Amino acid sequence: MKTENQKAWFFVLPVLILVAFNALIPMMTVVNYSVQETFGNNLFFWEGLTWFEQILRSERFHAALGRQFLFTFLILIIEVPLGIAIALSMPRKGFWVPVCLVLMALPMLIPWNVVGAMWNIFALPDIGLLGYFINHVLGISYDMTQNPFAAWVTIITMDVWHWTSLVVLLAYAGLVSIPDAYYQAAKIDGASNWSVFRYIQLPKMKNVLTIAILLRFMDSFNIYTEPFVLTGGGPGNSTTLLSIDLVKIALGQFDLGPAAAMSLIYFAITLLVSWVFYTVMTKDDLN
Amino acid sequence: MALVLKDITKVVQGVTHIKPTSLTLEKGHFNVLLGETGAGKTSLIKMMAGLDPIASGQIVMDGVNVTKLTTQKRKISLVHQFFVNYPHMTVYDNIASPLKVAGMAKSEIQGRVEEAADILKLRPMLHRRPHELSGGQQQRCALARAIAKDSQAVFLDEPLANLDYKLREELRELLPELFAGRGAVVVYATSEPEEALLLGGQTALMADGYVAQFGTTAEIYRAPDTLAAARIFSDPPINYAPVVKQGGSFRMGDINWTANSETSGLADGEYTVAVRPNHIVPQPNDMATVPLEGRIAVTELSGSESSAHFEFDNHAWVSLAHGAHPYEVGENHTFFMDANACLYFAPDGSRAV
Repeated sequence: MKTENQKAWFFVLPVLILVAFNALIPMMTVVNYSVQETFGNNLFFWEGLTWFEQILRSERFHAALGRQFLFTFLILIIEVPLGIAIALSMPRKGFWVPVCLVLMALPMLIPWNVVGAMWNIFALPDIGLLGYFINHVLGISYDMTQNPFAAWVTIITMDVWHWTSLVVLLAYAGLVSIPDAYYQAAKIDGASNWSVFRYIQLPKMKNVLTIAILLRFMDSFNIYTEPFVLTGGGPGNSTTLLSIDLVKIALGQFDLGPAAAMSLIYFAITLLVSWVFYTVMTKDDLN
Repeated sequence: MALVLKDITKVVQGVTHIKPTSLTLEKGHFNVLLGETGAGKTSLIKMMAGLDPIASGQIVMDGVNVTKLTTQKRKISLVHQFFVNYPHMTVYDNIASPLKVAGMAKSEIQGRVEEAADILKLRPMLHRRPHELSGGQQQRCALARAIAKDSQAVFLDEPLANLDYKLREELRELLPELFAGRGAVVVYATSEPEEALLLGGQTALMADGYVAQFGTTAEIYRAPDTLAAARIFSDPPINYAPVVKQGGSFRMGDINWTANSETSGLADGEYTVAVRPNHIVPQPNDMATVPLEGRIAVTELSGSESSAHFEFDNHAWVSLAHGAHPYEVGENHTFFMDANACLYFAPDGSRAV
């Protein structure tokens, strides 16, 4: 006879309530908005899938999505190799280890809106240290408030500054967990530094790098605060990433229906890409 | 063809880990480093491999001074106690990796990998990854990698220690065949005296970072130079206790035995007698005649042997005998010692006779 103890549910209850209130219920509200139209006064009219269709066909959405993918792609191809390179050059033992780790963690500890504000001032061509230096010392015309390319360079640089540390710390954790024996085996094989990296360090870092890329993908794909504070999506719409556009539609235009539909599409894309990436990366381990 | 160590030492932050060590390790037989954990076996191997720096001395391989060469430039192989294989490569690629690095032609690589795989019975697993193999198979893969390469020296650092009993036996039987006819000096570190005896060749007994004795395995087992050497090379641990020689006999506690032709010449005085557990048996026979009566503290039955730990004259003694003996813990039993198998050491630890 199987003994059943229904009391166990009580222990799970707090988690269920928590998840319900912080994820499920808000999410269902969004679903609710996405299929209705409202003009205020708490009056709702059924619209079916109209908003989804409208968003999926909207050129504005396509443009924002394109910018979003470009942004995420650029920061990933910079941050991941750079993070690995920094992790490789960090000391593995001794006095400098904690110093390096703290220095690395610092940018991540700064609140996001502060990062945006810092870089905004830093990059202003007339009063910012960086902006002034580039314009007046290097003599290169640089103004992120006027020039889309300069704006892109600035938001990418800011993100790299803010988040490369995450890749560094995860890659470093992967590196220090490699037993000395592997390095010795490689030395005995006569392997070069490149072979050691390619055949020992990289494969051993694969799991942490998968997590690092996943985290960086999700965070950068959903990024809002820093570019909003830095460029506000401009000049023009040149740095209007998905979330910035979403907020404009939802709060600026008060189009709650389309904004809700866009949120759900946005969420689905993030989820889909993460899932595909994770499944592909861990395929070998499961077999 | 030999690996010659000339007074090599290892010093880490002012602490000497390996005292000046000189050894001539030759090919054609196993060179065993025997000692307990922490005796310096792994350090010595790492020094020979160039993985650990040496503070002074020279390492000469086949007449060439390699002291200053990096590990990558020495032609060596190393098999660790735990199984080190590249996790993301197949068994084939693992065995082939040092050959690829050496720039060998594909066809030759294939020939060598297959030869090594055949000896180590890895043929059916060549296309699997290490994590899909059992521990024994993983270690066979590491061994295959070591023999596929043209090495001047192969270092085996307790390669069987992490395997279970049956696999250990199996693989140990394979070892001599594995290295027969290869032009490499084979150095085998182990903490088990029995392994040294089974592998034969030459043995260096190590303790506390120095070599207590080096020579033909059977020879140094039979005739240890010092009490320290005798203690390293005995499992279960060798029994030893103070004795007094007076006239033609030895006295230990309240028992006596007569000196034989070898020991009668020994000057009167205090000595330490050492006798291996297998020379103390539960029943008297032609050779074992000296009675030691003591209370049995612990008994062990292992395979076809029984051992008993007993107290005699305030010392702990161990007896090891064939067959299953019905010992009762806590009872008094009279054991019999073979006086002719006793080794005698002077107070400074050196062999008296």
